[in-house]
Amino acid sequence: MTAGGDLTAVERLAIRTDQDVVRVRQLVRTIAVAGKLSLVDQTKLVTAASELARNTLVYGGGGNVEVGRVENGRRTGIRIVFADQGPGIADLELALTDGYTTGGGLGLGLSGARRLVDEFDIDTAVGRGTTISVTKWCR
Amino acid sequence: MERVPVLKIGDILLVSIQIDMEDQVALQLQEDLADRIVATGCHGVIIDISALDIVDSFVGRTLATIAAVSRVLDAETVVVGMRPAVAITLVELGLSLPGIRTALNVELGMELLASERDPDLDLPDDEDDEVGAVVPAP
Repeated sequence: MTAGGDLTAVERLAIRTDQDVVRVRQLVRTIAVAGKLSLVDQTKLVTAASELARNTLVYGGGGNVEVGRVENGRRTGIRIVFADQGPGIADLELALTDGYTTGGGLGLGLSGARRLVDEFDIDTAVGRGTTISVTKWCR
Repeated sequence: MERVPVLKIGDILLVSIQIDMEDQVALQLQEDLADRIVATGCHGVIIDISALDIVDSFVGRTLATIAAVSRVLDAETVVVGMRPAVAITLVELGLSLPGIRTALNVELGMELLASERDPDLDLPDDEDDEVGAVVPAP
């Protein structure tokens, strides 16, 4: 599902409340700083994590997140994996369209988050939940 | 739940967001500001986001809603202090905050609001030197 490299130094958090979304942002920020991402890349990754953590809460009915370092040959990066056992996404292409929402938001969470990271993998099935993995590589 | 304070300075309400807001805190701020605009009759709102290291789509939408509600209540909103990395990320995310006035800092935001309420007052970067003679020497 995810492209190459094992996740190391993994930190896990449950996403059950609004407060957990804040905790995810803070955890990703800490790991992105330690992983020496540039300021703009830190900002993009934390913003993407905020969007995806909120989706996990609002659409997935809660779930959990794993954040860790990843290596792929010469490159190192940060990978974040969000997983929920919610209803899943029936029409993935539609869900990834800018402006499409079923939740009354702006419809930028999924599509916007994808633009902010280097790798974006999604595994979803109706009734089984959704797992989204995003990676930002150090430059 | 934490709450973002709203300060009244003359004809302006000043909000400086210093915490990583939960979504509910952002919604509460939206309500508090609408209440304070009506209670005070202030014509300007300045929201300082210089302490925010990210603005995601939820906070961006909240800022846009605050600006729209304020306008309906006869107050102009200026968002000030956005960090460069936040601006880059917001635009890439797909949010360019249409309808929101921005300024680089609180001082410039206050000048922007003052010039809108009183069209005779020039912004300092205007090249109109006829009134420049009145500026006191440093």
